[in-house]
Amino acid sequence: MKLIVAIVRPERANEVLEALFRAEVRGLTVSRVRGHGGEVEPVETYRGTTVKMELHEKVRLEIGVSDHFVEPTVRAILDSARTGEVGDGKIFVLPVERVYRIRTGDTDEMAVTPPIPAAD
Amino acid sequence: MSALLVQAAPEVLSAPDTAWMLVATALVLLMTPALALFYGGLVRAKNALNTMMMSIAALGVVGLVWALVGYSLAFAPGPEWIGGMQHLFLRGVGLDAKGSIPQLLFMAYQGTFAIITAALISGAVAERMRFSAYILFIALWAVLVYAPVAHWVWGGGWLGRAGVLDYAGGTVVHVNAAAAALAVAMVLRPRRDYGRQALLPHNVPYVLLGAALLWFGWFGFNAGSALGANSAAVLAFVNTFLAPMATLVVWMGLDITRTGKATAVGAATGIVVGLVAVTPAAGFVSPASAIAIGALAAAPSYFAILWRARTSLDDALDVVAAHGVGGATGALLTGVFATVAWGGTDGLLAGSVGQLGKQLLGLAVVAVYSGAATFVLIKAVSAAMPLRSAVRAEATGLDITEHGEEAYTRGEGTVLVLPLTAAEPAPSLQSALEGSA
Repeated sequence: MKLIVAIVRPERANEVLEALFRAEVRGLTVSRVRGHGGEVEPVETYRGTTVKMELHEKVRLEIGVSDHFVEPTVRAILDSARTGEVGDGKIFVLPVERVYRIRTGDTDEMAVTPPIPAAD
Repeated sequence: MSALLVQAAPEVLSAPDTAWMLVATALVLLMTPALALFYGGLVRAKNALNTMMMSIAALGVVGLVWALVGYSLAFAPGPEWIGGMQHLFLRGVGLDAKGSIPQLLFMAYQGTFAIITAALISGAVAERMRFSAYILFIALWAVLVYAPVAHWVWGGGWLGRAGVLDYAGGTVVHVNAAAAALAVAMVLRPRRDYGRQALLPHNVPYVLLGAALLWFGWFGFNAGSALGANSAAVLAFVNTFLAPMATLVVWMGLDITRTGKATAVGAATGIVVGLVAVTPAAGFVSPASAIAIGALAAAPSYFAILWRARTSLDDALDVVAAHGVGGATGALLTGVFATVAWGGTDGLLAGSVGQLGKQLLGLAVVAVYSGAATFVLIKAVSAAMPLRSAVRAEATGLDITEHGEEAYTRGEGTVLVLPLTAAEPAPSLQSALEGSA
């Protein structure tokens, strides 16, 4: 099993979710985060104070998948999150030691993949 | 302010009338910041400031344009279709009596109407229009569309003479703004996310606060249209008190019947629709009729909003359904419920069919003129500058791209650029990254 962590633009988040659901990735966690990825920093002014915004709003997705789901999941995120400009985000694929499904106590592959995998 | 009242009033200054109209002017002025809250709460957080600024900016831009040009074109004596030029740049607008209040006060009071009418249109262009194009548009719109229409109905023009009843602006303000909103929304085309993602209100408490402050200000709008501290003002005040109550109750009933739940956004919308609907009738109908008008006005706007959301018309904040449909319902019902006994002319229920026809005429003329003139105007503005913000800007949100501010900034990750008073600036993340590269 792997844990896929993806940081994407908030304005692409809906496309990413759509793409993941189309790729039959059903279980995921989403959080709003702030981060820096080398993109242009917008300048904001509040009365006499001018600031550069170094941290940008991003959306972080965490998806636990079994090995054969890694490729389609990463592909779905890559295709849906890309705008081609600096700041599109990153995808990290991490090894996972154990996974438990709390409701059933299932472990590992059984906990991240539907019991009967898709026929193809 | 029916033309009748303006003409019949004695040209002698009255202290009580002046006192009330000073307060009423301030009340109506408050409606525009209230609209900013109402609209601002309905958009996404990334466009909250831009949407609110569209109302706030109208206070400055339209207010000035009104004082310099619009007032004269609307209210200076002139031909049937447009006012004269003698009050341009406030020439000859002094403390002399206009009715029973100083003309200067009358000018300011009318200015608050011009401001909010232009600001109402911003609901149709929310979340996608460039701010500079919007500013140019409303400045020209106030002169080319609002001023002539105000003249036709209130300034001694032909619709007023034809007997169209519009006590405080159901047609001049609301139908006018809604027809313009329809034209601009069609030219601007939908937001890029429209119909693909849920575009939800980011702050419903703002929407409720905005609706409440609109109601408060609307007492100045309708009761102030009596232009004095008199019994007509009391009638308009109480009708403005009662009608939205009826609309609110029916609206919540429709909500509960349809989904089982009364929504807060729905309640706020219901209040505004009730206020819009009673506006043309306020000084012409009995309080019982105002309740009927308020109750009857709920369903048309309610279902217009449901229907509009399924179309490709991205009138983002439903200006057409709330102000156009509500204003038209109110204008027609004025022709049904108005009576001589309550200060109007007899309508349908008092046995006169003709008044309903006059109301329909006023509605149709204003809607067609406003829609067509606005269409030409917005096309002209688009020839001078782009109307739409860039794809990227629309995705980022117009607060950052148009105003260089955020509504809800937490200050994390901000680096001070100016003013830098410390001897040595704190190292920024960017400079640290560059240093390590």
